[in-house]
Amino acid sequence: MKIVNILILCFLTVVGFGQQVEKSTYKDVLLKGATLVTVTNGTIEGDLLISDGKIAKIGRALEAGEAEVMDCSGKFVYPGMIDGGTQLGLGEVGSISLTQDSDEIGDYTPHMQALTAVNPNSVAIPVTRVNGVTTVISSPTGDLFPGTAALINLHGYTPDQMYAGFKAVVMNFPSTGKRGRRDRRSEEDIKKDSDKALKKLKEFWQQAEVYAKINDGSYNPQLSAVLPIINDEAPLIVNVNKKSDILAAIKWSQEKEINVIFSGVADGWRVADSLTKYDIPVIAGPVLSIPSRNSDRYDAAYTNVAKMVKAGVKVCLRTNDTENVRNLPFHAGFAAAYGLGVEEALKTVTINPAEIFGVDDQLGSLTEGKVANLFVSTGDPFETKTQIEHLFIEGWNVPIESRQTLLYDEFLERDPGADNKK
Amino acid sequence: MKKINYIFFLALLCFGLQAQEKGDVLIKNGTVITITNGVLENTDVLIKNGKIDKIGEDLSASDITTIDAEGKFVMPGIIDAHSHIALDVVNEATSPNTAHVWVGDGLNPYDVGVYRALAGGVTISHAMHGSANAIGGQCETIKHRYGVLNPEEMRMDGAPRTIKFALGENPMRVHGERNNISPATRMGMEQIFRNAFEQGKAYMKANKDYAAGKLDVPPLYNLQSEVMADILKGDIIIHCHSYRADEIYMLLRVLDDYGVKKICFQHVNEGFKVAPELAAYGAHASVFSDWWAYKFEVYYSTAYNATILAENGVVTSINSDSGELIRHLYHEAAKTQRYGGLSDNEALKLITLNPAIQLGIDDRVGSLEEGKEGDVVIFENHPLSIYAIPQQTIVDGIVRFDIAEDIDDMRLDVDPEETVPAFYELEEHSHEHGEDKCMQDVYEFLNHKH
Repeated sequence: MKIVNILILCFLTVVGFGQQVEKSTYKDVLLKGATLVTVTNGTIEGDLLISDGKIAKIGRALEAGEAEVMDCSGKFVYPGMIDGGTQLGLGEVGSISLTQDSDEIGDYTPHMQALTAVNPNSVAIPVTRVNGVTTVISSPTGDLFPGTAALINLHGYTPDQMYAGFKAVVMNFPSTGKRGRRDRRSEEDIKKDSDKALKKLKEFWQQAEVYAKINDGSYNPQLSAVLPIINDEAPLIVNVNKKSDILAAIKWSQEKEINVIFSGVADGWRVADSLTKYDIPVIAGPVLSIPSRNSDRYDAAYTNVAKMVKAGVKVCLRTNDTENVRNLPFHAGFAAAYGLGVEEALKTVTINPAEIFGVDDQLGSLTEGKVANLFVSTGDPFETKTQIEHLFIEGWNVPIESRQTLLYDEFLERDPGADNKK
Repeated sequence: MKKINYIFFLALLCFGLQAQEKGDVLIKNGTVITITNGVLENTDVLIKNGKIDKIGEDLSASDITTIDAEGKFVMPGIIDAHSHIALDVVNEATSPNTAHVWVGDGLNPYDVGVYRALAGGVTISHAMHGSANAIGGQCETIKHRYGVLNPEEMRMDGAPRTIKFALGENPMRVHGERNNISPATRMGMEQIFRNAFEQGKAYMKANKDYAAGKLDVPPLYNLQSEVMADILKGDIIIHCHSYRADEIYMLLRVLDDYGVKKICFQHVNEGFKVAPELAAYGAHASVFSDWWAYKFEVYYSTAYNATILAENGVVTSINSDSGELIRHLYHEAAKTQRYGGLSDNEALKLITLNPAIQLGIDDRVGSLEEGKEGDVVIFENHPLSIYAIPQQTIVDGIVRFDIAEDIDDMRLDVDPEETVPAFYELEEHSHEHGEDKCMQDVYEFLNHKH
């Protein structure tokens, strides 16, 4: 009896220490007997082998070989979700400006690299990934050309380990909307400001086009940063929301003959035909937003995605969040409920962003040969009560743990309790 | 165009007239989530003259609006214990103690945010003063009778008085950092409260002494002291903006010293760290489902807060403090199932019965029971499902939101300075959260970076 107790104690001690420093592990794993929601190839009852960081094989009754077997009967496997626009890793504590790295000074700073400032150890990163979000665009914010956004996997200790193969310069298209509820500018003042910004844009782009033609190799980081766009080697992410601004941005991008991805696009449902006509992909959201106008229907932001998708626009989602990117599946769920349907909604956080960012050979579905970014859940990941039980990022088996889960473990039954005694 | 205006005006008129009375409605064959008496399948709810007259099977009534709720879920109207909708102003940020002011003087029935809340099934909200001051103004519990034009008709008559207190960074920034007066620290904060309670105590004593003939003249009338005295007497429920465990514990000790029992901590992000103490005191907690990291005092938060508090026996609610979140509190409550696995009924209590208890109105609303007020929301899909969609929201037996019937533009007024309705860009996230809504009307003169 005593020996048993000692053994239990030893076991608890080991587990206890294990929890303190629970690390990701990297070995071959066979997910056995799961419902595999592949996204691009239907739903399969079967096994999935993770090997060398990739999805090595999908099928029935796969041989485990050397791989660790994980019984997934009754469980679901989904590809990791992708958020098309966040500031994750660029900000730690909202109100403390010295922890905010998304907004550099200056109107023209396309050379500012989000990937440089992403903090791989941000507390918000584990908080996000345990909800099944494995990959995000981390984006600079601010003025006309705030910088270059990067697609990152939410695992790793250096930006290079996290980089997921896509970068793009971001532009905030001059807005004729109000900046927020506290913006007291008159309609005339707004027009003046926006005209001024449009003039700045025009001048900057002229310079860039001249720079591209001369191509003398002179040091100009701002102009160099937009060269790939002018040379048709990379798309430009354009933040734009209001109908008239979207139409102006379409016109501008057509004139400049550049590839664009629109982001935000709150009025997308009003101009869906134009977006389809010019084949402009959209990073929409946040879905959980109040309407942009007091006169708009209360669910305008919920239904925007469905309306655009029905018109034929390729849409992925963004939360535009920093610490609560973990809510991406809920944004998708609301879009699903308000007209989009679950299947299409799932695409907007998996294969669609992968295609829009040109990484669909690597990410966005459960497909043999793709990167093993996936999770095992008790059910539909959009359903609020669903639990994510296992998480793999680039084949790493990542613990379902964050500071928020650790606080739960510590405080659910606090010791000492109220009376300072056990 | 003229015709549209005319129709608009008529619609307004109809709304206005409707509001004068309580409604009758019969909801047939729904899955009725009572909160206090389980889930009743295939059940009818009859509301007469604004009150729940009967809950049962095969109810009938002649000449009454009937809603077919077959396949739908019927639950009590959602209650938000912390919001700032329908308010013209939120903060009287001029002194660490402004107990004498009252947001009820600035009610705005035209706020389209009230309609948006209805579209999320919310029938009652606690319109609160902001958090700029240690002792802020008194708040107002309102019913979402969207369509009434008289601010008086927004009030929930008979609801207990409440007052806003605030701890931590907000009052420290406004008064300490900006004005270089106390409170600049969480130490100073404690003394503000002790001072104010002493002020109320002295005022009460002077009045008592005068009444007993021990003083020749009554004390000079002072509204602030009156309010502090009313808190001491237990006539006002304190709702205290708070985040950190230490400051929460501090206020508990102060209140204990003055014998004040009615306290609901708001936000209370670190409430989970002192859950046993909150439970022992009988203090309530009204929390965000998952907001954190927008300022330093909420950096060590957890989305499991509501679950930990509830499991430790604290009466807990989930609130919005936001014109956006208020539209999906049912989803915010569901997050306690992802973060801690609360049961359906426990999760739904967080947005119905528990906030009603915290506002002192649980004898009237917060559950579906015969005799309670006819505040009901009908959902397509279970309200805790991500696919839940509110269909109708009923206040006092009057349908105030109907997904199928309502027009898109539900404004009650038009800004005369706008040629077309203004388009609002999303406020930049980090700023929006860094400047929580409790600090509305304050940032303009805090010279905050935009």
